[in-house]
Formats: sequence, C-alpha cells, structure tokens
Amino acid sequence: MVSTDDNILEMRRITKTFPGVAALQDVTLAVRRGEIHAICGENGAGKSTLMKVLSGVYPSGSYDGEILLDGAPVHFRGIRDSEQRGIVIIHQELALVPYLSIAENIFLGNEQRGPGGLIDWNRTNAEAAKLLASVGLAENPMTPVVQLGVGKQQLVEIAKAISKKVRLLILDEPTAALNDIDSAHLLDLMRRLRDEGITCIMISHKLNEITSIADSTTVLRDGRTVERLEMASGEVTQERIIRGMVGRDIDSFYPDRVSTPGEEVLRIEDWSVRHPTQDRLVVDGANLNVRAGEVVGIAGLMGAGRTELAMSVFGRAYGRDITGRVFMHGRQVRARTVAEAIRNGIAYATEDRKRFGLNLIEDIRRNISAAGLRRLARLGWVHDNEEIKVAETSRRDMNIKAPSVMSIVGKLSGGNQQKVVLSKWLFTDPEVLILDEPTRGIDVGAKFEIYTIINRLVADGKAVIMISSELPELLGMCDRIYTLSAGRITGEVPVAEATQEKLMELMAKDKESVG
Amino acid sequence: MTSTKPTSADRKSAESASAAVHVGTSDPRTLIMNNLRQSGIFVALVVIVALFAFLTDGLSLSPGNITNIVLQYSYILVLAIGMVIVIIGGHIDLSVGSVVALTGAVSAVVVIRQGQPWWVGVLAALVVGIAVGAWHGFWVAYVGIPAFIVTLAGMLLFRGLTLRVLDNISLSPFPAEYNRIAAGFLNGLIGGDGYDAFTLLIGGIAVAGYVVSGFRTRAARVRYQQPVESFALFVARMALVGAVVMWFAWQLAHARGLPIVLIILAALVLVYGLLTRRTVFGRQVYAIGGNLSAAMLSGVKVRTVNFWIFVNMGFLSAVAGIIFSSRSNGAQPAAGNMFELDAIAAAFIGGAAVTGGVGTVVGAMVGGLIMAVMSNGMQLMGVDQSLQSVVKGLVLLVAVAFDVYNKRRAGASR
Repeated sequence: MVSTDDNILEMRRITKTFPGVAALQDVTLAVRRGEIHAICGENGAGKSTLMKVLSGVYPSGSYDGEILLDGAPVHFRGIRDSEQRGIVIIHQELALVPYLSIAENIFLGNEQRGPGGLIDWNRTNAEAAKLLASVGLAENPMTPVVQLGVGKQQLVEIAKAISKKVRLLILDEPTAALNDIDSAHLLDLMRRLRDEGITCIMISHKLNEITSIADSTTVLRDGRTVERLEMASGEVTQERIIRGMVGRDIDSFYPDRVSTPGEEVLRIEDWSVRHPTQDRLVVDGANLNVRAGEVVGIAGLMGAGRTELAMSVFGRAYGRDITGRVFMHGRQVRARTVAEAIRNGIAYATEDRKRFGLNLIEDIRRNISAAGLRRLARLGWVHDNEEIKVAETSRRDMNIKAPSVMSIVGKLSGGNQQKVVLSKWLFTDPEVLILDEPTRGIDVGAKFEIYTIINRLVADGKAVIMISSELPELLGMCDRIYTLSAGRITGEVPVAEATQEKLMELMAKDKESVG
Repeated sequence: MTSTKPTSADRKSAESASAAVHVGTSDPRTLIMNNLRQSGIFVALVVIVALFAFLTDGLSLSPGNITNIVLQYSYILVLAIGMVIVIIGGHIDLSVGSVVALTGAVSAVVVIRQGQPWWVGVLAALVVGIAVGAWHGFWVAYVGIPAFIVTLAGMLLFRGLTLRVLDNISLSPFPAEYNRIAAGFLNGLIGGDGYDAFTLLIGGIAVAGYVVSGFRTRAARVRYQQPVESFALFVARMALVGAVVMWFAWQLAHARGLPIVLIILAALVLVYGLLTRRTVFGRQVYAIGGNLSAAMLSGVKVRTVNFWIFVNMGFLSAVAGIIFSSRSNGAQPAAGNMFELDAIAAAFIGGAAVTGGVGTVVGAMVGGLIMAVMSNGMQLMGVDQSLQSVVKGLVLLVAVAFDVYNKRRAGASR
C-alpha cells in the first residue's frame, strides 16, 4: 500500500482551449508516489488532452496552469523533455514497428552503441532479454514484433518504457484490445511495477479493472475535474464512479425488453473456415441459428474465431476453403460475395469501425448510403436528394449528434460513428444484423443508446447476432448465448441459465486439446 | 426489473431536435466555407489569369491566344479527367503519355500508311486505348499489383510498342478530315459580321442550360428542405458564370470560331462530372479511395470498379492520342512524353488527395487550366524553357502543400 504522502505529480488549474472549445477547464490532478491512479470519464471528457498536456505534446505555453513534478514546476516543450524526466505514455494504438525485432523496438531512438558509434547488438539483445524478463515476457528478443499478439506487444511497450528509466508510466486504455487472460496478466504486472516504485496512471473505460487495481481515481467530466476518489477503502463501487462520470445515476445499464422470438431467420450448418494464410481451421463445424425478434450472443476469448465466423458468413469476407450451409427462413441461400449476403438480408457491422466500417474522409450522408446505394439509384443514377432525406431520417431516428448530414464522419465521436455504421446497415433493410463489438470504445451514455437501438430493432422483428468481449453486456442484452472456443461452438445457453462463470468455463473449454 | 425512464435519452433527443432546426435555412457563409477548397482553386485561376494578362499587356487574353490555349492544352485536360478518377480511386497512372503515343501511332499507321478513312483510324485508336486500359486494369484489379508498378511497366512497354508500330520513324501528314478534329472550327454556319454568330449561339445555349439546371437543382433542394444559398447569391453566381462563358465565346467568335476540340472537351467534362457525382459507379470510386476495406465490406465490387477505372483511363488516353496526333498532324515516336506528369499535376492542383478518395473533375480542369495559362503566359513572355519547368514544379508543390496545410488546420488529419 501507499505509505508516503507526497505527490510525484500535481497538475494545477490546467486550462486548454482549442478554437471555439475549452477542452480542459481548471483541471487538477494529484498523483501520489508509487500508486496506481486511474483517470476515467466519458469520451470527450478531456482525458487524452490532459495526458497530452502532461507529456508535452501540447508544449508549455499552449495551456494555462502549472505542472509540478516532485514538487517543482516543469515546462515540457515536447515528448523528449517529459521522457527525460521519466514520464512515458503508452498509447492505445501501440507505436511499435512491426518488422523490427523486439530488441530493436525497445531501443528505438535509444540505440545501444559500442565503440565507433556502431550498434552493439550483443548488448542490445542481452539488455532486451533482461527487460523482457522484468515484464514477464518469455520471448526471444530477436523475434519480429509482428509475430506477437496485442497482449505481448503491450508488454514490449512497457519494457521499452522501463528501458527509458520510467518513473511515471501512463497507460491509455491498456486493456481495450486484450482478452481477459491477457488483461489479468497486465494488471498483475502493473501491481508489480507499483511495488517496485513506478507510479502508474491508467486511463480506462473498464470500471471493474479500476475498482480492482486503482489506489485512487480522478473522474473528469466535460473538461473539468469532478472528484478524486480514494479506492483503498474498497467502498467505491462501479456505480459510484459512473455517477461521477455521467453526473447522474444510471439505474439500469441495459434497457428492458420483452422478448418474443418468432420464426427462425438465419441458420448456419457445419460452417468451417480455414485461415487465409495458415493451414488451420479458424472456425470448425459451427452450427447456430437466430430467430426474428431475438438477440443471440456469441462469447469467446480473443482468437476464438468470433469475428472470423461472422465475416465468413457475411459473403465470405474472411478466410478460404469455406464449407457449410447458410439458410434464410429455412431456405438455403448463396452468399458467396458481400453483395450477395446483403441482398439476402444479412448485415455485418464490424468491430473496427475506423478501419473496416467507415469512410472517415466522407460525410455522414454518403457513409449511410454506401452499402445500400442501389436502393437510391435508377439505372445507375443516384437520386441525391433522396439520399439526403434518408440520411436526415437516420440522423433523427438514431440521434446522431452532428450539425448536419454533410459533417465528415472522421470528426464524430465513437458513439456517433457507431450510429452511422448502424444506420448504414439498416438502410440495406437487413433481416439479420451481426453486430461485432457494437459498443467498443464508446462511452457509457452512448452505449445505452446503442442498446436501446438494438432493442428497437428486435422489437421490429429483426434478428440480431451480437458479438462481445464484455460478458455483462451479453448477459444484459441477449436471449441466448453461444460460446465459442478455438473455432468450435462449445455451448448454447439461454440467458436465464447463464452466468459469467458458466460462460467463462465454456469459453475456455477444450482450449488446450483443440488449439 | 424496474427501471426508471433513462434521462440520458431525453437530454440527447432534445439536443438533436434543436440541431435539426437549421435545415432548410440559407447561410451563404457556411456554404462558401464548405466549398472553400474548390473556390480557392477558382480564385487561384483568376489571379493567375489576371497576372499574366498584366504581364503580357493583355496579349494573353486576346481572341487568338485564347483559341490557342484551348487547342494546345485540350489533350492534357482530357487526360486529367481520367487521371483524377484514377487518383480518387487511390491509384496513379504513369503510362498515359506512352498510351497517347501508341494510340496516335496506330491511328497514323491505319490512316496514313494503309490509306483507310479517318474514322477507321479513330476507331482503331480507341480500341487500342481500351485494350491497354483493360491490360492495366487486369493487373491492378485482378492480380493485385500496385498501379504505380503496373503503369510504370506500361509506360516502358507501350513506348516500346509505339516505336515498333512506327518503325522508329514519324508518320505524316494526316488527311484533312482527320486534321480537322483538333485543328478544325465550327464557324460561319449562321453567318455574322466580323464574328461568328454560331459560336455565340452555342455559348448562349450553354449558359441557358447552366441556368436551367441550376434552378432545377435549387428547386429540388428546397423541396427536400435542404439548405440552399440565398437567392441573391444564387443569381449572382448564375450571372457571373454566364458572363464569363459569354465573354469567352465572344473572344472565340472574334478569332476563328468554335474549336471542335472544345466541343469534345465540354462534352467529356459534362459527362464525367455527372458520372463521378451522380452515378453508383462514381460513388464507388470515392468509396474505394476513401477506405478500401470499408468499401469491400459494404458490398462494393472493388475489383470490377478498379478494372473499369483503368479501362476508362485507357479510353480517355486514346481520345487524347487522337487529338494530339490530329493537332500535330502525324505520329512521332516521342509523342506524349511527360503528359502523365502534366495530367497528374492538374489533378493534384485541382484538389485531389494523394491518399485517394478526394477530388473532382471540375477541380482537375481548373488545375489543368492553371498549368495551361501559366505555360502559355510564360511562352508569350519568352521565358526560358528551363525556368518554365522550375515555375511549374514550384506551383505544384505549393498547391499541394497549401492543401495539406488547410486540411491539418481543419483537423481532418487527426
């Protein structure tokens, strides 16, 4: 536990304005030496901006207020300055060079030179091996980073930070892309680093992690500090943090829905998919179905083949040597291309909306019409006023917050981007919507809206398949949940009988024997 | 479960209701700001035209010179139409100069050496151009080789074939009918005293068409409750465009009349302007260039679209090849050298993005005209060839740098 009372870092009355907006207003942040301090807040609350001020991305002078490190004011002009003082940020999007080795990445910009200024590779690799051991990563330092999973890459980033003599480590959404096991490893490592005297600041949306690991928490809302919570007592609950974040109580995370499943809409039989480049099955003989007015969940650990299953069903957009049958309303259909899948009433909203879901440089209107453009066209000519009307309707129905449908999608918040993605697929008038991590990276309020939209869809008789890494979300939203492990369906559980423990058990089942 | 009504939804729907109110209002400032990139290019063109008019004592705006600019740069503008579509799709085409040479050479062999009628030569050139486009399209779309490599290979390949077809010698002259394509004028059809009334009539029809379609678009937008510019601004825009077109027609009418290539060019700009903005194909080109994966997962047949982008480029290269061979009245082994760079420069000056997904046909035309007016103006002033090249290079660099700066300021690069 934290024994010393002195603060390693104090940020006082930080105000940072961009043309027209105050991103931060009088924000204060105090971090004690050797603690894990969590920062939470909804998207747009100012967490990232605050960290950019701290690390010197926004140089001293571009903001008001003062930063005290070890009690003395500091003025960072850039990241180099802050790193020299032992402040290192690890961003959500990892900044490793994929084709360089682990060792090369760790010492990038800080190369271990020998006589004559040449790089001393023996020392580089030996030092890297020591650093890897300190973060508990058993990999050869000469392995190219591209061969590591996200979890291990994260550890490499931390090793890199340690090599820079880090005293204050800032992790931005460190577990967002990790599965539960890797997340647990990472949290353990953070505790160990704390015990070794490294102070950690963690930005996270995952409140269960914050309550389990943080010593104290600062809550931001709309660019202001709301409160600082001491977590040591164990009395601060997730609900308590949420109240600070949203400024109100959310009585129910998941909106109520009366479930009245109808006829079967989609059925998949004996579905097998091979990895596009490696010789292994990613999906192995999967069978599942979904009925009208039903939300069916797919739970699985990272690498279980959830996204691969969904994308291969969606017009074979993933994988090769795909075998199996797809039925719509009991009739077998061909869905060999995405266009065919869309025509058959299947829609797939990707887990990575920025990379696979949206044209970020285009406006809302054209993103919404992208998949169903032919519905707006006669003989190849697009009816552009009709298109605007469709977009306006979606903007209203989905409550997309933007000044107009001509707004560029890249500038919207995550939640609003997700609403655009949903609008796009609804415009194709699908019967089945496959939603892959529909609430990833969006804030609590927007999550609730997305849930409400999903409920509205099933009430209208659509069938929804929902893939999610967050088990409470599946339990709160679904009628039935399939568990997937190493490409195989290991269970089908009605929500009434499902618990997190039971699902977890099924998700981990056969992992060793199959994978 | 007993859950109270979520307050979040209430608050947010209230926000959206207030945001929806402004639809149907008219705010010229936002409209201008939205079109700043496009209008910035127009302003640049006007400034450059004015600059050279001043530097050449008005010579650059004389009827004869304006006719010359049209004749001299028409084939670059034709290429720029195809090139901007290629660039919007996220590709590049380095081969168009060689293809211009090859199609011109084929046409010359058919017409001059084999004595076929002029239209057989035109058809042969078009067929060859489309075949070359299909070749590029095949490698880019179906084999997945980056267009930079495919068309770099094509640049060498088709230059070599040109030499082969021509046996390393120039062929000339074409018969008069073929020569008329680029050097001909429509004039004297309905008389006129010291000027060509027909040219003015066509100019008038063009302006009328522009005004009518402007009104119809505006009416449709109002019907759909979309924001439109204020009526005064609308009328001002119509009047300005009408005045410029009529002045242009007036100048042409006092020189040699309406050049046939100008009619070809105007038709292509009209057709391709509509193709890129209003057709499913055009939209899919933007979608592919903007985010390839997202387009693919939206059901866009990416390969087919890419294939046709290059077939179209081949077709337009052939059109440019015909115009160029007609204008130079023969085919030379070195014809079309560096045309690709002029076409690419035109597209980028006209606001196309290096990363794809952004650009317009009209923008590329204005970009091409900026290059044309500068080259022509410097020639009139007798500026050394070497210096002309330096100036053009710098203009390209500054134009794209300005564009990048603008985007960064707008925060689009975040």
